[in-house]
Amino acid sequence: MKKVEAIIQQEKLEELKVKMADSFEALGMTVSQVLGFGNQKGLKEFVRGQEIITTLLPKVKVSFVVLDEEVEEIISLILAICQTGEVGDGKIFVYNVEEAIRIRTGERGAQAI
Amino acid sequence: MEAGNIAFIMICSTMVFLMTPALAFFYGGLERRKNILNTMMMVICVMGLASVLWIILGYSMSFSGDNLFVGNFDKLFFNQVSMTKGDKIPEGLFAGFQMMFALITTAIITGAVVGRMRFSAIFLFIAIWSIVVYYPMAHMVWGGGFLDEIGSIDFAGGNVVHISSGISGLVLAIVLGQRREYRQTEYRPHNIPFVVLGAGLLWFGWFGFNAGSALAADGLAIHAMLTTNTAAASGMLSWMLIEKLAIGKPTVVGACTGAVVGLVAITPGAGFVSLWSSFVLGALVSPFCYYFISFVKHKFGYDDALDAFGCHGVGGIFGGVMTGLFADPAVGGKTGLIYGGTELFVAQVASIAFTIVFAGVASFLIIKGIQLFMPIRVSAKEEALGLDRIEHDETAYPTFMGLDS
Repeated sequence: MKKVEAIIQQEKLEELKVKMADSFEALGMTVSQVLGFGNQKGLKEFVRGQEIITTLLPKVKVSFVVLDEEVEEIISLILAICQTGEVGDGKIFVYNVEEAIRIRTGERGAQAI
Repeated sequence: MEAGNIAFIMICSTMVFLMTPALAFFYGGLERRKNILNTMMMVICVMGLASVLWIILGYSMSFSGDNLFVGNFDKLFFNQVSMTKGDKIPEGLFAGFQMMFALITTAIITGAVVGRMRFSAIFLFIAIWSIVVYYPMAHMVWGGGFLDEIGSIDFAGGNVVHISSGISGLVLAIVLGQRREYRQTEYRPHNIPFVVLGAGLLWFGWFGFNAGSALAADGLAIHAMLTTNTAAASGMLSWMLIEKLAIGKPTVVGACTGAVVGLVAITPGAGFVSLWSSFVLGALVSPFCYYFISFVKHKFGYDDALDAFGCHGVGGIFGGVMTGLFADPAVGGKTGLIYGGTELFVAQVASIAFTIVFAGVASFLIIKGIQLFMPIRVSAKEEALGLDRIEHDETAYPTFMGLDS
C-alpha cells in the first residue's frame, strides 16, 4: 500500500475530486487546508502602495491510500489536472503504508482501503 | 428656533456618533487577526471615556469664556446649558453635537499605535490628551479663541479633529517604536470586508459631520453635504487611478483609503469652497497621501501602523491649506488665494503650523509623562501572542490556528 499526498492549488480541488471519483470505483480521499511556500517564496501584494510579501500561501493537501499498482495511475491523473506550468502548481509525495485498518469492521490491508 | 434645525442636528449628531464604531471596523479590518479586538477596543472605549469627560468638563473648557487658549469651568456638567434656547439650535444640542467630534477625534489617534501599545497607557493618554489638547484646540478654533481671532477657518474640524489627532498619532508611533518584525513579517489587513464596512459608514457619518457643522438645515448644509460627497468620490477615483498606474491594479483597501482622505481633506473647507474646488481637492489629496504612506513613511521608518498620520494628519494639512487657496467668497464669505485673498491663506498656514507644534509637543510630553509611571508598550512575547489575549483575555476567532496572524 502507498500513500499519495499532493499539495495542489486550491482551485484544482473540485476538478480533481470529480475525476478521482469517476476513475476509481473504491477510493477515499482526505483533504486539508495548508499554508506553505516553495521555491518562489510567496507572493507580492500591495496595501496602500506598500509592498507586502506573503510567504505562506494557502494550498490544499489531498491524500489517498491506494494499492501499489494504482499509484502511477493516480499520479498521472493529478498531473493531468493540476499541471498548469505556472509557479505554485504544487508537489506530489508517495509514502509506504505499513498497515490500514477499517475501524467499523476491523478489516485490514487491501480490504480496509 | 426652528424644529427643522433641531431635528436635523439631532440626526447629524447620531450620524457623527456612528463614525466611531465605523472607525473600529475600518481599523479592525486593517489590523491583524490577533489584534482586532484590541484595535476595536481602543476605538470604542472613547464612546465611554470621551463622552463622560465631555459632560464633566470638555464642553465647558471648549465653549465657555473669552480666553484666547482655553475656556473656563463655568459650564461643568453642562451647568447653565439650556436645552431650549441658543443660537440657531439649543445650546444643549450644540454641546451634544460637539461631543461626538470629541469621540471620533481621540479614536483616530489609536490607528497609529495598534499592535504594541498597552491598553491602560493609551486609555490614560486619551483622557489627558482630551483635556490638554482637544478642548483647548476646540476653544481656539470654534470657541472664539486665538485661531479664530487670527482669521483662520475650519468648517468641521481640519485642525481640531484631523491634524491634531494625526500629528499626535505620529508622535506616539515614534515614541513607541516599530512593531516587532516590522517590514519583515506579514502585516496585511486580515478582513478587508470590514474595511469596506467601516469606510462606507464613515462616509455616511461624514455627511452629519460636515453638513451638520452648518448648525442649521439650510443651504450651507446642503452645500457642505455636496462638497463632502464630491471630495470623497474624486478621492476614491484618484487613488484607484494611482494604484492602476503604480502597481497595475486598483485595490479595495486603496479605494476605501482614497475616499477617507477625500473626506478628511474637504472637512475644513466643506462650507467655504465651491463644488468644483471640492472635486479638485479630492482628486489631489490622494496622490499627496499616497506619497506619504508609500514613500515618506518607508523612508523615515516610523511605524504609523494604520496610517492615522498618513490619512488624517497629511490629509488634514492638505485640506487646510487648500481651504486657504480655494475658499470662495460666494459660498461661505471667506476669500481664498485664488480669489485674491492673501490674508486667509496666511492665517490657514499659520493655524496649521500652530496645530502641528501644539499637538506634537503636548502629545510628546503627555506620553513621556505616562512612561514615568507605567510601561507604554507590551513585551516582545506579548506582542507576538497578540494583544487580544494579552490585554483583554478574549479572542475574536477562537478556532483560528494562528498561522497567518
